[in-house]
Amino acid sequence: MADVPVPELTGRPAHHQSWTAVLARPAGAIGAFLVLVVVVGGIIGPWVAPNDPFSVDGPSLAKPSLSFPMGTDALGRDAFSGVLHGLRTTLFVAGGVAAIVVVVGMSVGLAAGYRAGWLDQVLMRSTEFVQVLPRFFLAIVVIAMFGPGLRQLVLVLGLSSWPLLARVVRAETLSLREREFIEAARADGSSPLRIILRELLPNVVPSAVVVVGLLVAQVMLIEASLGFLGLGDPNVVSLGSLASEGQDFIRVAWWLAFFPGLAIVVAVLGLNLLADAVTGSLGGGR
Amino acid sequence: MTTRYAVWRLLQVLPTCAGILLVGFLLIHAAPGDPVLALAGDGGDEAYYERVRNKFGLDQPLVVQLGTYVANVIRGDLGTSYTSGRPALDVVFERVPATLLLTATALALSTFLGLAAGIAAAARPHGARDALISATSLGLYATPVFLVGQLMMLLFALRMGWFPVQGMTTARENYTGLTHVADVAHHLVLPVIALAAQEIAAVARLTRSGLLDELGRDHVRTARAKGAGEVRVMVKHALRRAMLPVVTLVGGRVGQLVAGTIVVEAVFSWPGVGGLMVSSVQARDTPIVLALFFVIAMTVVLANLLTDLAYRWLDPRVRYG
Repeated sequence: MADVPVPELTGRPAHHQSWTAVLARPAGAIGAFLVLVVVVGGIIGPWVAPNDPFSVDGPSLAKPSLSFPMGTDALGRDAFSGVLHGLRTTLFVAGGVAAIVVVVGMSVGLAAGYRAGWLDQVLMRSTEFVQVLPRFFLAIVVIAMFGPGLRQLVLVLGLSSWPLLARVVRAETLSLREREFIEAARADGSSPLRIILRELLPNVVPSAVVVVGLLVAQVMLIEASLGFLGLGDPNVVSLGSLASEGQDFIRVAWWLAFFPGLAIVVAVLGLNLLADAVTGSLGGGR
Repeated sequence: MTTRYAVWRLLQVLPTCAGILLVGFLLIHAAPGDPVLALAGDGGDEAYYERVRNKFGLDQPLVVQLGTYVANVIRGDLGTSYTSGRPALDVVFERVPATLLLTATALALSTFLGLAAGIAAAARPHGARDALISATSLGLYATPVFLVGQLMMLLFALRMGWFPVQGMTTARENYTGLTHVADVAHHLVLPVIALAAQEIAAVARLTRSGLLDELGRDHVRTARAKGAGEVRVMVKHALRRAMLPVVTLVGGRVGQLVAGTIVVEAVFSWPGVGGLMVSSVQARDTPIVLALFFVIAMTVVLANLLTDLAYRWLDPRVRYG
């Protein structure tokens, strides 16, 4: 049961999919720009941030201005620097989860699709099981038992987010398996591993990219929600915890809650637009 | 839908439930420190821990412990909350009605409005209305629940004063009967809209793309050729099939919707399971956290089951196939 709408993608040999086609679409160009802003902001931002997110630099609850583009909080800390550091946390979680999802999801999907038979059965039943686990609450249980921390969060979200990717990759592999170029490789005497890595993998990458993009966007929202509830790592700044601190001052300082939320919108919207554009250029155009 | 399918699908639920219990059990034992802390919470004394050790047979082999654990859960015994000293399940179920009210209202509203918006967009694709609806749903789909909630609170509660800022009832008054219902409904508006916003976007996007696919198909063209009006074509011929992925989506997103409810409850101080969950995590009252996890996971499994059955019933290809 898919929890994000993923269009059906038709399998076709690789090499015709290019990033220029994606960027030529308005959605692709805007999406790529937003993602770039987020990635650059999160990676480089904290170094070039005007201030330390924990240091007191200005007056209390100052409105957004040239010196404090996103205002200051009750203690006079620079909100812009906080958002940049929060973005880094979001990127760290998103990147870690994406790495786990890619490794597990691709392996399961390729193995299940190529091997079929009992292995397929076992892998797909496991996939369905993991897919019904409510990720957000599983993460909360893990936080309750292991304590809050980014490492636990990446692990639990990564290990519970791969099913959708596995299912899409499996479906792609199934449709590719009987195609001529795979048959040819098999007739050549290529080993299954070689066929999977050299022939199948490159062909499932485009649709896998779409799914990973959508999954990462969801993970960002989950990470933000956990931070908002005060269940994130207390030692790092997160966009969710900033938004939650801002809630206490919402009557007098709307900017404290608004900008951290907006940063998440930019990141998630960018990823969704990019995923839409890749889907479109693959021929799933809508 | 055949009865055989329904029975088969019902039986499929059993291993899933077993798996969910197993995940809980494994986490208890994987957690750092003595598993008794995970089973009893962080604040008991030695005598209490001894009782819990006996109850769960913590000196027995792991397999026996698993059996004891499952037997306890099946009896509805999910442990005792150490903060309140009451059975965990009782504490959880006290909070369920408020959460259920919020979630169910949002689910109904988002399905209805999402379908309506999707139909409106697909009726004249690539027109101005479609562009507006599509852009709005793209934006909403990317907006965290708490931001929607905070903006609504800022605008409609604090600035305009149309709705209460927080809570489920007006604390000062002791309304009964119809005025109580009206009071709760008044408090419900903003949290429900905040919660439904992202779902509306998801349903609208899926309805639109499903309808556009269907409207290009032969059976729709045939209906048009036979002189069916646009409304009839849309509703009778296209929507029925376009509904299928939407049904799946609604079932599949119940878990996320409940997650969103927890966040919305935090924004609006709604007295549901959210506050209980957060305070239990902070107090490391693990019996409550696990009980909540099981209740929510079972709800998701049940929602998926209902969705599957509804799908079978809606899709004639599967029903008669």
